[in-house]
Amino acid sequence: MLSPTILIPAVLNGLLIGAIYALVALGLTLIYGVLHIINFAHGALLSAALFAAFFAFRLLGLDPYVAVVLLAPLFFALGYGLQRFIIGPASHGDERNMLLVTLGIAVIIENTLLYAFRADTRTIDVPYAFQTIDIGSTFLAVSRVVGFVAAFAVALALWLIMTFTDTGRAIRAVAKEKLGAELAGINVAHVYAVTFGLGTACVAIAACLLIPSYYVNPTVGDAFVLVAFTIVVLGGMGSVPGALIGALLIGVAESLSGLFLGESLGQIGIFLIFIVVLLVRPSGLFGARA
Amino acid sequence: MKALIPTAAVLAVLAAVPLVVHSNVTLNFLVVALMIALAGQGWNILGGYGGQYSFGHAAFFGTGAYVTAILQVRYGINAWIGFAAGIAAGAALGAVLGALTFRSGLRGSYFALVTLAFAEVLRIIASVAPVTGAGVGTLIRLDLGIRNLQFQSRAAFYWIILALVGVSLVTAQLIERSRFGIWLIAVRENEDAAKALGVNVNGVKLAAMVISAAITAAAGCFYAQYFLFVDSGIAYGTWISIQALLTPIIGGVGTVFGPLLGALVVKSLGEAAKLLTGDAPGLDLIIYGAVLVLVIWFTPRGLIGGLTQARKVLMRRSGRAAPSAGEARDG
Repeated sequence: MLSPTILIPAVLNGLLIGAIYALVALGLTLIYGVLHIINFAHGALLSAALFAAFFAFRLLGLDPYVAVVLLAPLFFALGYGLQRFIIGPASHGDERNMLLVTLGIAVIIENTLLYAFRADTRTIDVPYAFQTIDIGSTFLAVSRVVGFVAAFAVALALWLIMTFTDTGRAIRAVAKEKLGAELAGINVAHVYAVTFGLGTACVAIAACLLIPSYYVNPTVGDAFVLVAFTIVVLGGMGSVPGALIGALLIGVAESLSGLFLGESLGQIGIFLIFIVVLLVRPSGLFGARA
Repeated sequence: MKALIPTAAVLAVLAAVPLVVHSNVTLNFLVVALMIALAGQGWNILGGYGGQYSFGHAAFFGTGAYVTAILQVRYGINAWIGFAAGIAAGAALGAVLGALTFRSGLRGSYFALVTLAFAEVLRIIASVAPVTGAGVGTLIRLDLGIRNLQFQSRAAFYWIILALVGVSLVTAQLIERSRFGIWLIAVRENEDAAKALGVNVNGVKLAAMVISAAITAAAGCFYAQYFLFVDSGIAYGTWISIQALLTPIIGGVGTVFGPLLGALVVKSLGEAAKLLTGDAPGLDLIIYGAVLVLVIWFTPRGLIGGLTQARKVLMRRSGRAAPSAGEARDG
């Protein structure tokens, strides 16, 4: 059971899926870092993005790697609009209301998908679905490798935006000191919405990278988001490097526990890590003590 | 005692309903609405008065339902005892969960997350563990009779759930008027300030969690007896977590009658949606989600808060010449 020929592929595959988790978690941690709320609509938005990528392929014939150019800006706009015109005004600046509003939006999106497309599970057939790369000791799926590389490219792009652009500076200013930023002339409602939009765009990119090797149904996002919550809590809420490292750790942990415990119990492993981290060290591995 | 008169009046009116209404469909609707009101009242004690928003009250509902069902089916224990044991198990789970989360200082988003995760863990365990019947679920054998807490008539079930709702209303009212209730509201409004003034914050939250869990578990126990079937998706599903928080928020969060009013509104909306479009999957939940967002947006204190506000505005308009002392202070 413990021979390297089984372990090494499991670890490598865990790292590859971990990179996709990282993208979902990045969006979540970004929103938490600035708005200080957990976006419960994140999973539903991922399901919606997967459906969008699915139909872009089926109806428009767009390869998911091409569709990302279309879907990322589209979901940025969707996220911006949600925060600016619904979540912001509806919650009157109260944290508990924000949680409930994002939960309400999640319920609406998820069940609209269920109503429109039923609970059927759908997949797409891309020509490279079963192509693999031989790296000597094992084979890796091309789509997963592309996802891995792209996830890090997105993380890098996000870091560049946050560090070198005015928008990035404004976002960091609002995250640090909301009132001060407002007094300095920063439009906080706009910055909140841009942050939410960026987080939602991350979800759209993750969906495009995921769909070639995965499936879509109205609740598929939930599984990812609970994993993403775990990652974000593990890495420290609001910490981008924490999210990346946490995601890779969880990817490997899931892959190994699936190997040793089987599918459904492997899922419990994630939750247990999640609950234990929350109870023992809620600030995560890389976050500052709140 | 005088304060209990409105509660007694509401219960008396509701108790008379089966004497007038004989339609099984209507009674069934009311039974389910009252069951949701009970689950919502449980949430309201912790979330409404204590400000701790749980997104996983299904953990208590499901535990109540499973304990009631499993004790009867697998251990041949009397239904009434099973019912009581279900409530006790829910309260015990509340104590464990509360002790773990509050001691770690989890609040706000974190508390919502951890309760959600606990409910999910229980759901997954229930969907694979042999004792719960795993994926198949647990079926309670139909055996009518008062001994088995099973009745032919809907009215009997109606009065049982109404009695439970009555107990929960009185509990909420007693809490509201007690020192404990004042501590609880102080924790909701400003936890740090409450602590500084000497309130045992964790103790108060823990006690609220136990009461809250017991009430929501009672709704679960009732579910098992009424439908005679439990599976992991029903018992620990998100539908009940969402309805438990939706009803008090729509009716009026942190008010005695909020959950009852909210449950009647929520269930009526769900039924109306079904009438309009047929029984399409997901449609009722779309409406619940939309109502949740709209209520928070336009009447953050729920229907009861909104009505109080409207009455104040009307009174101010009509009685501009002689404003009461209270309103003069407000203005």
